[in-house]
Amino acid sequence: MPKQQANWSPYDNNGGSCVAVAGADYCVIAADTRMSTGYIILTRDYSKICKLADKCVMASSGFQADVKALQKHLAARHLIYQHQHSKQMSCPAMAQLLSNTLYYKRFFPYYSFNVLGGLDNEGKGCVFTYDAVGSYEKVGYSSQGSGSTLIMPFLDNQLKSPSPLLLPVQDAVTPLAEAEAVDLVKTVFASASERDIYTGDKLEIVVINADGIRREYMDLRKD
Amino acid sequence: MFRNQYDTDVTTWSPAGRLFQVEYAMEAVKQGSAAIGLRSKTHIVLGCVNKANSELSSHQKKIFKVDDHIGVAIAGLTADGRVLSRYMRNECINYSFTYESPLPVGRLVVQLADKAQVCTQRSWKRPYGVGLLVAGLDESGAHLYYNCPSGNYFEYQAFAIGSRSQAAKTYLERKFENFTDASRDDLVKDALMAIRETLQGETLKSSVCTIAVVGVGEPFHILDQGTVQQMIDAFEIVGEQEGPDAAAGQEASAEPEQGAGAGEGVAPMDI
Repeated sequence: MPKQQANWSPYDNNGGSCVAVAGADYCVIAADTRMSTGYIILTRDYSKICKLADKCVMASSGFQADVKALQKHLAARHLIYQHQHSKQMSCPAMAQLLSNTLYYKRFFPYYSFNVLGGLDNEGKGCVFTYDAVGSYEKVGYSSQGSGSTLIMPFLDNQLKSPSPLLLPVQDAVTPLAEAEAVDLVKTVFASASERDIYTGDKLEIVVINADGIRREYMDLRKD
Repeated sequence: MFRNQYDTDVTTWSPAGRLFQVEYAMEAVKQGSAAIGLRSKTHIVLGCVNKANSELSSHQKKIFKVDDHIGVAIAGLTADGRVLSRYMRNECINYSFTYESPLPVGRLVVQLADKAQVCTQRSWKRPYGVGLLVAGLDESGAHLYYNCPSGNYFEYQAFAIGSRSQAAKTYLERKFENFTDASRDDLVKDALMAIRETLQGETLKSSVCTIAVVGVGEPFHILDQGTVQQMIDAFEIVGEQEGPDAAAGQEASAEPEQGAGAGEGVAPMDI
């Protein structure tokens, strides 16, 4: 008998795109709200963004069941941290925790492509980008998901930061103002919705700054 | 007379049908500094006396947040209390994770009680030497429970444990009928007055006590020293007049839901 193959997959891809941009004293995290499977739209109004801590927000595209499980797991770990340390986790701490959590399932991964955004301990914007098994890097901006191939080159063109390998060490965060960064994100998603069939419906934008967290929505193409 | 022969092992019964190790564990609770709890229909207040080992050291933490809707005050071996708090926090997190809803307080205290019971029936363990006042809010309302080292648990309208807790209990017994409909601030005031009873003469200031509140629309949190001191100052003037009354009155007319006194012959665990 030839070797049998599985006739089902534990994974599915629910599509969608996520973006995060770090500024000097703010961070913008955005994701579309379309959830699909194959050529079918499951819902036009599903949030891919999750607040993990006071100054730390995660956007994830991929298999939303795995994303939901990952979010719950991190939320529980954060609660334990708060009980033990009497304070919230910082964004860099959460970034490491997310990486470890993902690698823990190295041999049955969370099908989740994440961007983590927030403010670090000094109040400066930071963005961390991940692959499905926890490899991560602190960057000035990032995109993940079905539209990332369309979005990332445009962000590179507009926001390109100097290589982190250069000396002296240069700031990765964009010099753009908060309003300009939000505008850029809106433009980027409008463009991605044109060509990526899995991105559209509505855009959810979350902005973190010293005043707290703010949420904004924008309509996108529904086709 | 026969106590010493049958008190080495927790798994040894005495001829009178008592487990002395468990009773000794309850003694440990009485040695700890006082903790009190009282509840209304919508709020529960926990308070404790901060006793430091010496002038140079800080006081031990005796009130722990378990979840947004549950908190606990302990008396006795604080190390045991810390471990049990960690267990309670874990249970709440796991329940929330599975059911996306807060763990009902009644369930938590039963789990705690069962955990304590295990230590009364294993020869290689010892009972937990800590009494816990568990305050929690769930769908069925506001609850205050007391968990013993024996594995028993009781629900109370108001209760006090630890050293000199009898003074606080006497005060609470006088006032408890008003608690159900009391406002949140009145409840905190009563908690402070009850704590003052245990201090027996020492001045009540925010540095010697800790107060925590949980209620409808108010997640469990410990009040900060400034707020507590303000409340103390507000009623101190009125309290001066009530002071002599509280000390003199020893009436044990109305008792809380479960009687608190232990006679010589009655095993404390059964109460």
